[in-house]
Amino acid sequence: MKLMLFAPELILLLGSLLIFFFTLSGDAKKARQTAITIGIAASLICLLSLQQNGSLFYKAYQVDLFSQLFKVLIALAMTVVLIFGGELKDISPRMKPEYYLFLILSGLGLMMLVSSVELITLFVALELSSFSLYLMVPMRDDRQGLRSQMEAGVKYILFAVMATGTMLFGMSYLFGMTGSTYLAEIAPQLKTLMSEPAAIVGIAMILSGFLFKLAVFPFHFWVPDVYQGAANETTSFIASVPKLGAVAILIRITMLAAPEGTAIVTMLMVFAVASMFYGNLAALVQKDIKRLLGFSGIAHAGFVLLGLLTFKQEGYATSIFYIVGYVLMNMACFLVLCTVSKNGENVQIADLNGLYKRSPLMAFTLATGMMALAGIPPFVGFVGKFMLMAGALQAGHLALVILAALNTAIAIYYYLSVLKVTYCDAPSDASALEIGFTTKAVSLALIAAIITIGVNPSPVLEIANRAVAAIL
Amino acid sequence: MDFLVMNEGFPLLSALIFLPLFGALVTMFLPSEQAARLWSLLITSITAILSIPLYTGFNVATAQYQFGEHHAWIPLWNINYTLGVDGISLLLILLTTFIMPFCVLASWRYIATRVKSFMVCMMVMECAMIGVFAALDFVLFYILWEAMLIPMYLIIGIWGGPRKVYASIKFFIYTLAGSVMLLVAIIALYLASAPHTFSIPALMGGHYSSTFQILVFLAFFLAFAIKVPMFPFHTWLPAAHVEAPTAGSVILASVLLKMGTYGFLRFCLPITPLATVTLTPYILWLSVVGILYGGFTALAQKDMKKLIAYSSVGHMGFVTLGIFALNSAGIEGSLLQMINHGVTTGALFLCVGMIYERNHSRELANATGIGKQMPIFVTFLAFFSLSSLAFPGTNSFVGEFLILAGAFKRNLIITACAVPGAILAAAYMLRMLQKVIWGGIDNPKQTLLDLNVREIVTLAPFLLFVFWIGLGPEPFLSVMHSSVAHLLEQVGTVQASAVAGLLP
Repeated sequence: MKLMLFAPELILLLGSLLIFFFTLSGDAKKARQTAITIGIAASLICLLSLQQNGSLFYKAYQVDLFSQLFKVLIALAMTVVLIFGGELKDISPRMKPEYYLFLILSGLGLMMLVSSVELITLFVALELSSFSLYLMVPMRDDRQGLRSQMEAGVKYILFAVMATGTMLFGMSYLFGMTGSTYLAEIAPQLKTLMSEPAAIVGIAMILSGFLFKLAVFPFHFWVPDVYQGAANETTSFIASVPKLGAVAILIRITMLAAPEGTAIVTMLMVFAVASMFYGNLAALVQKDIKRLLGFSGIAHAGFVLLGLLTFKQEGYATSIFYIVGYVLMNMACFLVLCTVSKNGENVQIADLNGLYKRSPLMAFTLATGMMALAGIPPFVGFVGKFMLMAGALQAGHLALVILAALNTAIAIYYYLSVLKVTYCDAPSDASALEIGFTTKAVSLALIAAIITIGVNPSPVLEIANRAVAAIL
Repeated sequence: MDFLVMNEGFPLLSALIFLPLFGALVTMFLPSEQAARLWSLLITSITAILSIPLYTGFNVATAQYQFGEHHAWIPLWNINYTLGVDGISLLLILLTTFIMPFCVLASWRYIATRVKSFMVCMMVMECAMIGVFAALDFVLFYILWEAMLIPMYLIIGIWGGPRKVYASIKFFIYTLAGSVMLLVAIIALYLASAPHTFSIPALMGGHYSSTFQILVFLAFFLAFAIKVPMFPFHTWLPAAHVEAPTAGSVILASVLLKMGTYGFLRFCLPITPLATVTLTPYILWLSVVGILYGGFTALAQKDMKKLIAYSSVGHMGFVTLGIFALNSAGIEGSLLQMINHGVTTGALFLCVGMIYERNHSRELANATGIGKQMPIFVTFLAFFSLSSLAFPGTNSFVGEFLILAGAFKRNLIITACAVPGAILAAAYMLRMLQKVIWGGIDNPKQTLLDLNVREIVTLAPFLLFVFWIGLGPEPFLSVMHSSVAHLLEQVGTVQASAVAGLLP
């Protein structure tokens, strides 16, 4: 059944066409319901097609456990963002249906991305997802007349175009050396060519395109401003879902360099350390919580690299595990953010004071998310960090692990200061928060997932391992 | 699994760990604050009663870990859920389970806001604390060790005194920063063992190179020395103690500080014996500095909680002195002193809390002369103070005597330097006692009510243990002998051969 292989993508594709009709009538409410329905349907179909295997489009499109696992995650994450995004408080009413259209398209692009095993397909899928995002960023309502959302949009696209250009340049190197754009054909040839500087430069340049998506230093410059300038819901999406796709492709590309590419390892190591220190130190002084999460995201991206640079199956698997955990805890934080923000304005850390009194559930969700990000057991962030460090140490990177451990200690301060304002300070605005039933359910589900996977990581770890084994 | 005596039938240790957690979950759904108080008292009391079979069923003849439980947890990394108790951890678990009901009692009126959340924090703490002492798998240990931070942070940060935010953040960051290297050391040990394992007993007695041992030891040392706290890592302690609510101070003093010294005994000595022997002189000196520093600083305090906090630095200095004496008298004395400190200092914090509930001040100057108004209270206070300065007949005397006896065998000069610490203890405790009981009757001007029944019930058991351990310590010492002897065997093989020349 070839159709089943492509079913998740088809659902999103048809769904986006459906939403297109709502953009004509401008019916935001229906567009939202449709989008959520599509998201849920896509998640279910992804789950059903988890065990599918096969290839499409002249072998440019691979369907295996690896890609299907990521599709499940992308669909689920997208749905969650759609649900807690609510009525899109900060998107101008005219554009709401379009916003949903682009969000679904971006999800579609990411799903295609994780299945792409050919360089041009990879590029097209990446651009499909990215272009939707470029459009979503400036869709924020221009309430203050500062046009900060436009600034964010321009910054995002300029940096992204640079990264994409570099990536294409790198692809041309690989094509020039091997005469193929299929990863499956490039890989064996590269094994003998890995001593060539051109191969290393080529892979490094392709990696940079996705390190940009993951927001690793030095490809991170867009993060704080885009996070701050985009609407809370958009940021929630940008901060979580594309990172799943980025990790998937990073794994595929680093596999090309294994096992000989010591230069790539060194590069990733430098990036990892720089990301962690830069992200954590810059986060210490942030007042806007979205910027704080942005910088913390840079630090976490550095952590993800710890798994990739081991070049081992377990390492890749723990990277997947970590990014899954990261998306969960990040979404828990953004959920609270979107709920606390009354009219979609940015939330300062000080605005969270006394959140405990206004909504115990939101305060607990935020605390769980923050402490998980900080890597405190028994949450998922700890297990992920622990296994990444164990894997990196096993690969002999002692100094790297010690630096990573030091970063855990630095990071705790700013996560803790958020916890402090939510629980220990008196509220400046004592009104109780109104929270919808679905948002409540989603936040409880996120808390449950963060704790359950943290206490019992084996099932997720095992499926991640099998997924990586499927493409080795 | 030859180190573990498996527990057939009822999983006692798991029950002890998870009952408080279950209690915490239920508390969230209780209708009223009074119900939360009663429920948590019930749960902590049941846990205490449930822990008695640990003592009665404990086989003193073996150094193996008893009441063992073993389940695979994360097979991919060979991480297991392994629990067990030996002579070193047994008394500490009992101390924890028995202290907790009294902490709940002490919070009955003291905690007036967010009672439910407070009780949840207390019970989550209990779960993690018991788990830390019972864990025989490094990852399990580390998870529980870190998991304690959040509830303790909240206890200080929400229900604490005026500078609670500063104190709680300092506590959290200090402790976390100390233990990140512990994590790296744990992974390094895992990778150095063959086959790779996180099982604590299996890692003991491994033949690691001396450089490796010293690095691992230092990583351990940083984490545990901060927790003890040893000089110069003690600065978080006075802040945390002073700002924490009474129950928080008691948990900190009675249980949390013991985790540092427990860590030395459980990990440093048996896993890195070579490094232990090499670094012993430095640690002994640090202990002596801690004893004297704690004593002198306590002498100058005007705040009663601070005074007791600094006295803890001194007392814990004695404990580390005994541990690194590396002989049976020293280590057994230290273990006993850990219990004693838990009983005595815990009780002293309860006493200060009771004064605070009455006149809302911890200042020594505001508490002068209350002996006339609160005769029952000062009777308790007097006995606990005497115990704290190791008066013969009280519990601390036995502990300190054993420690000094052991330490003198190890190193005459160092121990001689520590002895003034015992005199300092007498000086600062008697100074406090003199002021509180006879320090002038015009202050305070208000009338203070003497202890009520709840408070007497809270303090009386502590007094019982002060005299029980003071007059008949054998039941407490007897459970330790085998395990301590085994521990010394693990250290001793190295000591005899390699390092005879290193020590003066």
